[in-house]
Amino acid sequence: MTEIFGIPIQAFMGQLMLGLVNGSFYAMLSLGLAVIFGMLNIINFAHGALYMAGAMLAWMGLNYFGIGYWWSLLLAPLGVGVIGIFIERSMLQWLYKLDHLYGLLLTFGLALILEGLFRDLYGVSGLPYSIPEEFAGAYNLGFMFLPKYRAWVILASLLVCFATWFVIEKTRLGAYLRAATENPKLTQAFGINVPLMVMLTYGFGVALAGFAGVLAAPAMQISPLMGSNLIIVVFAVVVIGGMGSILGSIVTGLGLGVIEGLTKVFYPEASSTVVFIIMAIVLLVRPAGLFGREK
Amino acid sequence: MKRKLIGALVGAAVVSLAAGQAFAQKGAAKLSGDMVKIGVLTDMSGVYSDLGGQGSVTAAQMAIDDFKAQAKPSWKIELVYADHQNKADVGSNKAREWYDTQGVDMITDALNSAVALAVSKVTLEKKRILLDTGAASTRLTNEDCSPNTVHYVYDTYALANGPGKAVTKQGKDSWYFLTADYAFGHSLEKDTMDAVKANGGKVIGAVRHPLNASDFSSFLLQAQASKAKVVGLANAGGDTINSIKAANEFGLTKTQTIVGLLTTIIDIHALGLPTTQGMMFTEGFYWNLNNETREWSRKFFGKHKKMPSMLHAGTYSAVMTYLKAVQATGTDEADAVMKHLKATTINDMFAKGGKIREDGRMVHDMYLVEVKKPAESKEPWDYYNIKAVIPGSEAFQPMSLSRCPLVKK
Amino acid sequence: MNRQLIGYGILLALMLAAPAVLYPVLVMKILCFALFACAFNLLIGFTGLLSFGHAVFLGTAGYVAGHSIKVWGFPPELGLIAAALAAAALGWVIGSLAIRRSGIYFAMITLALAQMMYFFFLQAPFTGGEDGLQDVPRGKLLGFIDLADDYNLYYFVLAVFVFAFWLIHRTIHSPFGQVLKAIRENEARAISLGYDVAKYKLLAFVLSAGLAGLAGATKTLVFRFATLTDAHWHTSGEVVLMTLLGGMGTVFGPVVGAATIVTLQNELADKVGSLVTVIMGAIFVVCVLAFRRGIVGELGALYKKMLGGKG
Repeated sequence: MTEIFGIPIQAFMGQLMLGLVNGSFYAMLSLGLAVIFGMLNIINFAHGALYMAGAMLAWMGLNYFGIGYWWSLLLAPLGVGVIGIFIERSMLQWLYKLDHLYGLLLTFGLALILEGLFRDLYGVSGLPYSIPEEFAGAYNLGFMFLPKYRAWVILASLLVCFATWFVIEKTRLGAYLRAATENPKLTQAFGINVPLMVMLTYGFGVALAGFAGVLAAPAMQISPLMGSNLIIVVFAVVVIGGMGSILGSIVTGLGLGVIEGLTKVFYPEASSTVVFIIMAIVLLVRPAGLFGREK
Repeated sequence: MKRKLIGALVGAAVVSLAAGQAFAQKGAAKLSGDMVKIGVLTDMSGVYSDLGGQGSVTAAQMAIDDFKAQAKPSWKIELVYADHQNKADVGSNKAREWYDTQGVDMITDALNSAVALAVSKVTLEKKRILLDTGAASTRLTNEDCSPNTVHYVYDTYALANGPGKAVTKQGKDSWYFLTADYAFGHSLEKDTMDAVKANGGKVIGAVRHPLNASDFSSFLLQAQASKAKVVGLANAGGDTINSIKAANEFGLTKTQTIVGLLTTIIDIHALGLPTTQGMMFTEGFYWNLNNETREWSRKFFGKHKKMPSMLHAGTYSAVMTYLKAVQATGTDEADAVMKHLKATTINDMFAKGGKIREDGRMVHDMYLVEVKKPAESKEPWDYYNIKAVIPGSEAFQPMSLSRCPLVKK
Repeated sequence: MNRQLIGYGILLALMLAAPAVLYPVLVMKILCFALFACAFNLLIGFTGLLSFGHAVFLGTAGYVAGHSIKVWGFPPELGLIAAALAAAALGWVIGSLAIRRSGIYFAMITLALAQMMYFFFLQAPFTGGEDGLQDVPRGKLLGFIDLADDYNLYYFVLAVFVFAFWLIHRTIHSPFGQVLKAIRENEARAISLGYDVAKYKLLAFVLSAGLAGLAGATKTLVFRFATLTDAHWHTSGEVVLMTLLGGMGTVFGPVVGAATIVTLQNELADKVGSLVTVIMGAIFVVCVLAFRRGIVGELGALYKKMLGGKG
């Protein structure tokens, strides 16, 4: 059998795989958004820009300091995390008492700043980042052509998502975190440094975005605009999934990536809008989102 | 109280109308012109910035300097440039502002067909001149032709016919297109489809991608699924480079032939000979053609650190030709200059015996080139074997097929 | 009251005289964005709803105006009305979906739906995609005033602006406007008073969308061009910035904000290139951190303080 519904199986599986790759990015980014929202009650518009910054840092590391892919995978998210902590300490912390919308507006401004800076430095045409040697080439599985690097992206992001879920749901640190989310004052009274946790949560959330950025770098062009195009889709993902559950974010992200990939096979014209259409339907049927609860 | 208010309003209206008149007259006086202002409207930071961009500004400046040295004009020449960001509205608004407030007489480069079409309309409205050296769409000299626009360097018809014929004749006769989704891609796709069909090939389908797409893999999978023998890339600049890279990553190159329909020396330089050897396409200029092209190109290289694309060479030629026409007619008034331009024969390092037709098409020879194998290349930028010189009369769409309303049949 | 009237009179006189000294196309652009920002302010400033996808109404109306005038041969005034109605209709659809959630979710939903429409416009044949809808004729107003002349068009655009501004002013000070303010201040309380809050919100959203559409249609007439840029999220962000900078919930804030931002962009675009975006972002950050009342809001506060000092 070489065809599914008249589509060559190779192309079908290929699109499915690309859908999973995109889904991994959705999952990692919406996970970060959910963690930050849970703790800070802020929707981080700068998330896309920080994802882009992760990719840019990897590129700069390689081209200015000769730092390879593997070190970048560690250092670039750290760098993005530090930027995040700086943002939280210098700006965000003054907004917690105000309407949540101000957080959105502030991070939107930050997104513009980051995007503009990199645009000024590197233009918009995109910078190339070669695939690390270990992952050059592809597996020919007979029924499909699987580029090694894309397989690695799916694997790595699943690992990171699972680790995050494990830390938050199953460890003591996670328990503190959940407690601080539920009732910050009470948690503070138990002697836990809540502001510190808030700061680290934000840093960690954006570091996830940075990590996703480094993963994305060899798979696509590194462009200052790569984050803003993605973040709006991720917002839709977040609305669909609801931000109540960690696992929910991961599943929704991956699932929507796959749906998008399949749309490319059967009706390519709708591939860029399908996520938004699903969002509209979910809003009609279940306004709080698939995994959400109405606050 | 109210009466006073009305009085004030009427007064203000009268003042403003009077001032408006004065403004309009000031504008008219400029037209006689003791200064010529040339605007380079191009992509300074996007996917096409290497094709035109700063290089075009440099080429235009070189033309102005050379003209001043040769002709010693009594009038001043000024150069302005702006980034249209590949957005038609930005380009059109900039052109409007240049014409209205800066007294720009002629705009050149204008790469990106969407921008070019928009600027051509503003140019006609404001009665100035557009010497388009950057855009490709044949619409500029057909449905959307204008008495004030010259299409100078190349067009999608010329690009399509070389490879459309050569590749199809090799027996690679089924085509699938990967097309940039705007005026340029659509034109290039259509013209190549026509050329393929005319040579006995068949077209299986096409997929459209946004300009400056970040990831081409899913589009190439669609191309792979089509099982066509040839995948025609109806895109340009960074998009072409990225399509070819992704085609390599997904193994398309093993089973299908990739044809970059608008490929320039800049793209070959970026991708390197090992990836591109054997590719065939149409070019409007090659630095290593003869002594004249080499001499000019080396001078350009000295300033720009890259060899010129056909857009750069064309921009130099266009600006020079324009300045000569202004000097000959003694005015920068568009109609007179255009009339002179259309009567001129252009002979320089870019074009031999170039003629501007009624529909605005500048007709000159084009070249069918093949990319050298790495071993054949003797020096940096030595990339092409010239397979054929396509005479202007064959390279461009014949007047008999013209859809331009200006052409009397 | 009288003093206010004089103030308006002086402003109007200045606007009437403006094209004598300034480039009329630029002033028209400012007026279009000022109207857009005023429409947006009706939501954020007077109803407390942050729509992060308002550009979609600007863009939609631009296309409807362009298409109806260019292809169907509508006269300009009819084109504007059709466009504003189309934007209002779209506002009804998007509004009905978005008001199902509130706060941050409302913002994200409007943004996402606007993005969906953006992709739709990108692919739909009648918009011309990336090329834009080019060469829209300006036509003759009421059949005899030739709008191809920049000065004629300027006074027409000014008239449209003044009409819309008057309409917004009336809305804010009507009983309807008072209910909107009550919803902004305390939604639960408005519900307990027996108001159908969802209906009021939706109505405000539709009105705002329609007026934003009027701005978009007018802009198409000015530039003879309907474009994707107008429907892009960047433009949505810009209108938020204009309103925030000028002063949310003030009558003149959005006008001042729009004038400042458009002028700034125009002045800086050629000088600093893409750093314009950085400057816009920085203004955003500064406004949120230290300047939340905006220019007009701060001036108003200062004025009150001075009065308080004297008395």
